[in-house]
Amino acid sequence: MTEFLAMGGYAAFVWSAYGVAAGVMIALLASTLRGLRQRRAVLDALERARGPSRRRAAPARAAADQAR
Amino acid sequence: MHRFANPTRFLRLSAAILPWSAGLTVVLLAAGLYLGLVASPADYLQGETVRIMYVHVPAAWMALFVYANMALASAAGLVWRHPLAELFCKAVAPVGAGFTAVCLITGSLWGEPTWGTWWSWDARLTSVLILFFLYLGYIALVNAFDDPVRGLQAGAVLVLVGVVNLPIIKFSVDWWHTLHQQASVSRVGVPALDPTMLAPLLVMAAAFTAYFVTLALLRTRAEILDRRIQALRLAQAGGQQV
Repeated sequence: MTEFLAMGGYAAFVWSAYGVAAGVMIALLASTLRGLRQRRAVLDALERARGPSRRRAAPARAAADQAR
Repeated sequence: MHRFANPTRFLRLSAAILPWSAGLTVVLLAAGLYLGLVASPADYLQGETVRIMYVHVPAAWMALFVYANMALASAAGLVWRHPLAELFCKAVAPVGAGFTAVCLITGSLWGEPTWGTWWSWDARLTSVLILFFLYLGYIALVNAFDDPVRGLQAGAVLVLVGVVNLPIIKFSVDWWHTLHQQASVSRVGVPALDPTMLAPLLVMAAAFTAYFVTLALLRTRAEILDRRIQALRLAQAGGQQV
């Protein structure tokens, strides 16, 4: 195990490379999920603010009603 | 293609694909990491540093692949007024920039022990650095307009102009014999890469592609929600009794 972690003396280079890749990919995923959650919350609040009567007339709903 | 331009249909389709692309990413990453870090041999010349290849090369491929996707989407957006294409383009730009950054940093970490330098103004390194700046320029440009539609159109033009950089990156190692080595995987004839090293490389590349598909779907969904939020806010600000 120690030998594996040592990477033949190049541990700093090999593990930094994998660490940077993991760090960037995880950060992108986290910011993507956070952005989705925030937008869903804003959209919900906006649709609630429009009230139930007007809500049906929102463009997306109108299209959905037409399709029905 | 316009069948997929409908945002509602895209939301439904992407919801069906997402669990599969996410699952595939996890499985392929686990397999790729095992093959790359444990099951594959060290290089006879470079030793263990060769394992940096399994993140560096797939990241480089993705940096080019994401940009090529953005160029196709930009063309579709400008020519056919494809509404989702522009949103897709904006959604994936940070992912492309991320892959390019990973490519540059891991390349630097590979260059120091093997070439003896962190950086050199070699043709390949310089053209990839320009690709990174193209991604950043696109992101800045798209967000610089008050009208999101105009920002997306300006960005699309920038992406299409920047396409000229893709063949330069690809062929830089053949046109200028500076520091970076030439292609080993796509070389015809002589096997340049042993199968024990080719396997982890290809599995990691597949894993990065599945990761990109997952993030592209999630981020395009977020852009569609953004559009709906803007439309609702406009309707409210206008005091419309729609």
